[in-house]
Amino acid sequence: MMKKNVKNILMSGVGGQGILRASDILSMVAMESGLDVKKSEVHGMAQRGGCVTSHVRYGQKVYSPIARKGDVDILVSFEKLETLRYMDYMKPEGLVIINEREICPPSVNLGISDYPHDIVGTVSSIFSAVKVVDAGRLAKEAGDVRAENTILLGVLSAYLRLEVPLWLKVICESFPPKFVETNLEAFHLGRASQEQASQ
Amino acid sequence: MNNIGGCVRMKVLMSGNEAIARGAYECGVRFVAGYPGTPSTEIVETFAQYQDVYAEWSPNEKVALESGIGAALAGARATVVMKHVGVNVAADPLFTVSYTGTNGALVIITADDPSLHSSQNEQDNRNYAKFAKIPMLEPSDSEEARRYIKIAFEMSEMFDTPVFLRTTTRVSHSKSIVYPEAPLSREDALRLEVNPGKYVMVPINARHRREEVEKRIQRLKDFAETFSENKMELNNTETGIITSGMSYNYAKDAFPDLSYLKLGMVYPLPVKMIKKFASEVRKLYVVEELDPYIEEQVMAMGIKVIGKEVFPYTGEFDPGVIAASMGGSKQPVPASLPDISIPPRPPNLCPGCPHRGLFYVLGKLNVFVSGDIGCYTLSYMKPLEGLHSCICMGASIGMAHGMSKALGEKGRGRVVGVIGDSTFIHSGITSLLNSVYNKSDIVIVICDNRTTAMTGMQEHPATGFTLSGERTKELDFSALASALGVENIRIIDPYDLKSTRTVMKEELSKPGPSLIISRRSCVLFKRREKELRVPMRVNPETCIGCKLCLGLGCPPISWVKDGMTAKKGKGKRKKQEGVAKIDQELCIGCTLCQQVCKTGAIIEVNAE
Ligand SMILES: Cc1ncc(C[n+]2csc(CCOP(=O)(O)OP(=O)(O)O)c2C)c(N)n1
Repeated sequence: MMKKNVKNILMSGVGGQGILRASDILSMVAMESGLDVKKSEVHGMAQRGGCVTSHVRYGQKVYSPIARKGDVDILVSFEKLETLRYMDYMKPEGLVIINEREICPPSVNLGISDYPHDIVGTVSSIFSAVKVVDAGRLAKEAGDVRAENTILLGVLSAYLRLEVPLWLKVICESFPPKFVETNLEAFHLGRASQEQASQ
Repeated sequence: MNNIGGCVRMKVLMSGNEAIARGAYECGVRFVAGYPGTPSTEIVETFAQYQDVYAEWSPNEKVALESGIGAALAGARATVVMKHVGVNVAADPLFTVSYTGTNGALVIITADDPSLHSSQNEQDNRNYAKFAKIPMLEPSDSEEARRYIKIAFEMSEMFDTPVFLRTTTRVSHSKSIVYPEAPLSREDALRLEVNPGKYVMVPINARHRREEVEKRIQRLKDFAETFSENKMELNNTETGIITSGMSYNYAKDAFPDLSYLKLGMVYPLPVKMIKKFASEVRKLYVVEELDPYIEEQVMAMGIKVIGKEVFPYTGEFDPGVIAASMGGSKQPVPASLPDISIPPRPPNLCPGCPHRGLFYVLGKLNVFVSGDIGCYTLSYMKPLEGLHSCICMGASIGMAHGMSKALGEKGRGRVVGVIGDSTFIHSGITSLLNSVYNKSDIVIVICDNRTTAMTGMQEHPATGFTLSGERTKELDFSALASALGVENIRIIDPYDLKSTRTVMKEELSKPGPSLIISRRSCVLFKRREKELRVPMRVNPETCIGCKLCLGLGCPPISWVKDGMTAKKGKGKRKKQEGVAKIDQELCIGCTLCQQVCKTGAIIEVNAE
């Protein structure tokens, strides 16, 4: 069945983290690779600070722009605690990429609830493929703290069969000229962090 | 990159909204009007990027539709854009333009919001098509969105009728591949046509046009039978599915091998085609989000069909929902998860949001705050709890008026109506006038953040700029209010808590109506006055852990437990459990927390 060929990627995080831009870039790389692609996110109420998710699905033919629960191959969580909210979307054998960034929700700020402890441990107890990334540190290294989203794309790219030159091309086209170089650097740093890790 | 206008690439990734604007541009739309509203907003914003298309923000959806009708009567191709509830506002002209017909072309775009991602209700606007006898097309992805709007214009001209194009949030906001075409060069037949029998809807003429509507619907029913976007896909004929829009994609994803009747036009329905399809399959389902709109019509054709007996009435679908409802498909099994409580992350007012100060004050006065729709509605939540009702855009002032009249003496100084600047212009002006005319005893507050923030910073008549960024007249709220007869008009800065509280109390003690304009630009506003503001920090030495600053619900302020149960020393509380902390990267220095702090523990970052 052709459905088997559809790759499902879910990005999760908090408003303002650059998830929409990142999922746009991923979708365009898939399109440039000659594949069918659909992506979906919901924006609206959450101008700032609410949860944001973006589904990207690509393959020979894609119908639904949203993945169903239990069908996601890779979850990229831009914020640590947001990983927990979407675990039911994951395939049991799926890959979870967790950014170390912690952004406290209001109830934690108000001291009403606690930021969950040992999220990585919890996730690792369920999924065998878990990668933890300090995108903040790598982004600083790349020269722009705002490039965390591109770092995470670099990390993600190491697990997808989409060609590097296409990533670079789409990244070049997606940022204003003065930000292109740092974002290319961010992509490389993110990708290299996984290549080293897997050696 | 999406190359708008000019030369285009063969293949572009576009949202449904961008694709609608693209399609309309390609077929020579001349006039566009709309009022912002999720999920429709980006359609009008995209038009603004096409140089040759005239597009404007209207003050509300009724004005948008009426302007669109005018443009169409002059022979143009016109489109008007709104979210589902916007059609309620525009419903009055809607029902009668169905009678007059359009002369040129008029396409009404309604963007529905199953699951209420950003809406106050979940109404199914397919009902409007049937109710107002206006044909409706429903695309299922971006490429169809681009093609269907062109078909909609052609149908409008061919049948002399307004045509609806309906999207849902998932169609509007999902991106998929689009194959743009070059724009047509076409001449509109623009002219002033005087035809009172057709356009003056007094009873004698309207009765005649009413007959014409029925004839037109009959012609449209015939058209539907051969319409190329009503498509039958016969595969496994054990089970057949009638569906349309995004539901088609969900169903195909879950059951790629079944037979489908995909309806590109959901009003009027192709009766013969449906009967034919029903006869081809053994078991028939209708897969549709929200109301059993198609289902009931199919049942009325005397066809046995399964619909809402298995599918949910509420919320949007996804392939999983359809598979679970119909059964028989192999469902993916998610990993089993431990039971952990995950703190929710609701949307919140931004750091430095001007609404915060106003609602902090309102939440502490013993008043009923009749609220409205906009970012400020979020202040109903803890810890501000400064807003107590919200029904629809513009309702605040009217509701406050009715409430104070009903309460009489008991309500004196106790009822406040609060409305955003864009919302006031949308539908608050007449109710302000009413509160003067009928001598209302209320205080009305316009939270004037100089923009339409909730939907992403659109211009409106009080910003002084048009959609395309051109300068224009700027509505003066106090001049308007005094012209309406309001005598007590005050302007406050919601960053100044003390005077906000004082003015509020003064106005509540007077016989109403009073108008308070709470003025301060949205923090995300692009033309915001450049101010040198310094972020705040907490001096842990003087913080007594009273949590007053946390009562502002400002995202940078958090609580750090420090385990010190019995701190000694000056000003310390006996049982202090922690101190407040401010994230300097998020703080913009509005100073509200400094103003509420009783011990002077909140200071500028660089203060000693
Ligand atoms: C009839 C209708 N049209 C549009 C909307 C979408 N909408 C919700 S609030 C809002 C405007 C908010 O602007 P404003 O009143 O200035 O408040 P702000 O968000 O700036 O605080 C809009 C357009 C709606 N809910 N109902």
